[in-house]
Amino acid sequence: MRDFSHLDIVFALLWAARWTLLLSIIAFVCGGAVGFLLMLMRISPLRPLRYISWAYLEIVQGTPLLIQFLLAFFGISILGIEISPWMSAALALTTFTSAFLGDIWRGSVDSIPVGQWEASKALSMTYAQQLGLVILPQAVRRSIAPTVGFLVQVVKGTSLASAIGFVELARSATNITNVTFEPFFVYLVTAVVYFGICFPISVFSRKLEKSLAY
Amino acid sequence: MTYRFQFQVIWENWDLLLEGVGLTLQLSALAIVLGLAIGVVGALCRISDNGYLSMLATAYVEAIRNTPFLVQLLFIFFGISSLGPRLGSFQAALLALTINFGAYATEIIRAGIQSVEQSQIEAGMSLGLNRRQVFRLVVLKPAVATVYPALTSQMVLLLLLSSVVSQISTRELTFMGNFLRSRTFRDFEVYITLALIYVILALGFKLLAQLCHRRLFVFTRYI
Repeated sequence: MRDFSHLDIVFALLWAARWTLLLSIIAFVCGGAVGFLLMLMRISPLRPLRYISWAYLEIVQGTPLLIQFLLAFFGISILGIEISPWMSAALALTTFTSAFLGDIWRGSVDSIPVGQWEASKALSMTYAQQLGLVILPQAVRRSIAPTVGFLVQVVKGTSLASAIGFVELARSATNITNVTFEPFFVYLVTAVVYFGICFPISVFSRKLEKSLAY
Repeated sequence: MTYRFQFQVIWENWDLLLEGVGLTLQLSALAIVLGLAIGVVGALCRISDNGYLSMLATAYVEAIRNTPFLVQLLFIFFGISSLGPRLGSFQAALLALTINFGAYATEIIRAGIQSVEQSQIEAGMSLGLNRRQVFRLVVLKPAVATVYPALTSQMVLLLLLSSVVSQISTRELTFMGNFLRSRTFRDFEVYITLALIYVILALGFKLLAQLCHRRLFVFTRYI
């Protein structure tokens, strides 16, 4: 049997981090798209749309991410669809991301003074024009910093995909521990790798917050 | 083929789930109380003039906030235990949750304390309050009142995060759900029930927090 040096462990963990990054990117992109729709529904003049969006946000934000992963993996199969850990991890994380991003963006749109809506309406703009030309450009500026900050939550969230057997960074750490019996070193390095991904994002988000402040 | 829902297994094992809810609430409550204590001390360290103390507190907050809870938990349960003191799964779970919540509480309470104006403190002093009283009544209480919404939503997140400790076999709600699933194979029914229970717990906690806000911070009505 082959022995693992500490350097081997570090490289194996760094290599495993690519799945963490890939899953984060997929969730962020797909979650962003769904989140944008949710935000549109939440601020729409149509009451049923607002209620649906509100219920979605409350339910997703009220359930643990771990349960969402388990539901996406074990629960979907009752529809008769075979779902891979990959697909279910992406699905669960997209759901989670969309709910939070939808809420963050709704907050930024709400923070735009109502006079802006009224002024653009007075210029006889259509709803789409009011939103697209006047409100969103201002709201985007306010939402950038919290959006980047939320990316940290997404990266950390990917670690729970390990519970459904998706081999990303946290799962690799457990697998390596089972072989090397060095939990202290392995989990420490794992934490450092996560920190190396998340900390720069946090710092960047705080910088944005300062530079974009009015 | 159509799927037949069988929620019977849930009714038959309600005592198991209730036991899980009990432990989930117990873990969350303990972690909140201990974490708030860490938060107050941590916030004081962060704003203190002592460079080492504030650096130490900043390092703690950043280290916890930028790593996943699962890794923190596994590190404490397997990593620390491999070095010396053997922790049971409950102790490890409570320790990890407390350390995690403490970091977020530190940051939130610090923001609250820094929002208290210097003139308030001077006013308190000139009323003849001693330093302790000034901190407790003039600084901490209004500070917590200011950040109360952020603090309570972090508590809800903690309640949901506690599901992760099922991964080290702490017998809380999610663990009981996994156990039930592995025995009955009613995957969907079990997990949808768990989701529902968590939503109810989270909403219940939010309601409770709102009720407490009215009682705790009566003075905010006069500001």
